[in-house]
Amino acid sequence: MATVTLERVTVPLRSFELEVSLAVGGTVALVGPSGAGKSTVLNAIAGLVRPRGGSIRCGEETWFADGVFVPPERRSVGLVFQDYALFPHLTVRANVEYARRHGADEYLDRFGIRHLADARPTTLSGGERQRVALARALARDPAILLLDEPLAALDAHTRVEVRTELQQLLAGLEIPTLLVTHDFEDAAALATEIGVIVDGRLRQTGTAADLVARPADPFVASFTGANLLPARLDDGTVIKSADGGEATTLAVYPWDITVSTHPPDDSALNVVVGTITAITELGNRARVTIGPVSAEITGESLRRLGLEIGGRAYATFKATGTRVVA
Amino acid sequence: MRDRFGVGVFVALAAITLVFLVLPIVAIFVHTTPGKLIGQLSNPVVYDAFLVTLKTSLVAQALIVFFGTPTAYLIATRRFFGRSLAVTLVELPLVLPPAVAGLALIFALGRYGLLGSKLNALGIDVGLGTQDAVVIAVAYVASPLYIRQAIAAFEAVDPRLPAASRTLGAGSTRTFFRIMLPLARGGLFAGLALSFARGLGEFGATIMFAGSLQRVTQTLSLAIYYEFDVNQDAALAMGGVLVIISAVILFTLRIALSWQRSPSNASPSLFGASSSR
Repeated sequence: MATVTLERVTVPLRSFELEVSLAVGGTVALVGPSGAGKSTVLNAIAGLVRPRGGSIRCGEETWFADGVFVPPERRSVGLVFQDYALFPHLTVRANVEYARRHGADEYLDRFGIRHLADARPTTLSGGERQRVALARALARDPAILLLDEPLAALDAHTRVEVRTELQQLLAGLEIPTLLVTHDFEDAAALATEIGVIVDGRLRQTGTAADLVARPADPFVASFTGANLLPARLDDGTVIKSADGGEATTLAVYPWDITVSTHPPDDSALNVVVGTITAITELGNRARVTIGPVSAEITGESLRRLGLEIGGRAYATFKATGTRVVA
Repeated sequence: MRDRFGVGVFVALAAITLVFLVLPIVAIFVHTTPGKLIGQLSNPVVYDAFLVTLKTSLVAQALIVFFGTPTAYLIATRRFFGRSLAVTLVELPLVLPPAVAGLALIFALGRYGLLGSKLNALGIDVGLGTQDAVVIAVAYVASPLYIRQAIAAFEAVDPRLPAASRTLGAGSTRTFFRIMLPLARGGLFAGLALSFARGLGEFGATIMFAGSLQRVTQTLSLAIYYEFDVNQDAALAMGGVLVIISAVILFTLRIALSWQRSPSNASPSLFGASSSR
């Protein structure tokens, strides 16, 4: 299993220049807001975009460097496009055979789409299309699998199901995989390593746990779901942190916050008091927004405390629950 | 009350428009019965004009497709310096008055023309009185219709599809024939139908550049003009033939455009909102 290495790959984009160094050995996710240059990284590896500088290597093979540009059809890459880009005029079988003239049936079986072999892609559901796209991309026995926003084309209903399916597939796959998503949760579910990319630069790489435990900057923190708080709130409250040192911005995760209707008596805790502006229930969990922070509590405590929009509440969290991010 | 009056005016105007457009065609068939029409087909003038038209049209359209398709493909898929100039040049013959086109062809490819004189020295004559001249005149005025439509058809293909093809191991040639051509075919056929129709009606450029020589350069359109004074039945018969062919082309066009819609989900348009992006 060869590692695909990008060294200072630069691509000029509309308002900034992408510059990325990255080694893809296992399953890596690039996350970031739209327009950050994530898809461009995939296109550069696939050979659909020609970088201005840097190098791209797959094991011993050079795909791109000074004076070297291997065209896409000669790179061993399986690229699954956002919205899948299946050939609409070909059947499912012909789509897979496009990549592999013989033995396409094996791939149809492996992805459970044999019964759809003679169907046109336009008649398939989102989940089925993704399976066809994966079968087609892998039918060439690529050295690396690239997935561009694999879950973005799906509705919320099938999303979780397809994500689980994809998770199992990636776990069984023996080639390096690079996927791109704007959703941190998807990245955490699918990849072992995550790179956060903003405005064409990698801000931080690590496991999902690393990023949550030690976000490098406010953007990474908010991207992983943290509340960002100034060190001193408008009402004069000073947020304490166990990290120490000078702090201007701190991050605290919703699940590290408890909510009460009376002020807690422990002065060692951080307490933010405010009006409840939003309550979102999802399954047996609830998100409660109190002033500048969002807390995640159980649906049971939501009812026990009798929380309502417009009511006054206290959000409490330990000094060890905060991270200094700036 | 007032509203009903407004609707009535619109209906009346629409009815007049339709009658205006249809009446001349009806008139042709009123004056030539199917029996007369078929009888006239054995008239040597009509028969020869039919053959000349058929032959020159087929050759011209074949050349238009052969040269025009790659041209349209490059213009549609590449971004290069002078692209919009190329698009304008391709469309120029479309707006050129046919008489000007004829004049231009004479001074370019005629016996004493820019390139024509050089060809003549090599023993190649494509000037006045040759059938090649008819083919050239038809190709010159009709090709922009095909190329415009073809550019629009290629532009309508989702650019990720050829990209996907490349990453699946197909080179650019295979990508063109297996992905681009099948997905653009509806638009290409529509363009061909338009170009064919335009070619059939070619008059001005042909008469100036090729002349009107029976059996050689006299097409149906030219023969109608000349027979009108001599034998009106023949003129009407040829008119009838052209009306029938035109109707078939229009029908083909509609089918081709609905065809384009189904495989690629692209929104087709008769005259392509294409070219300048």
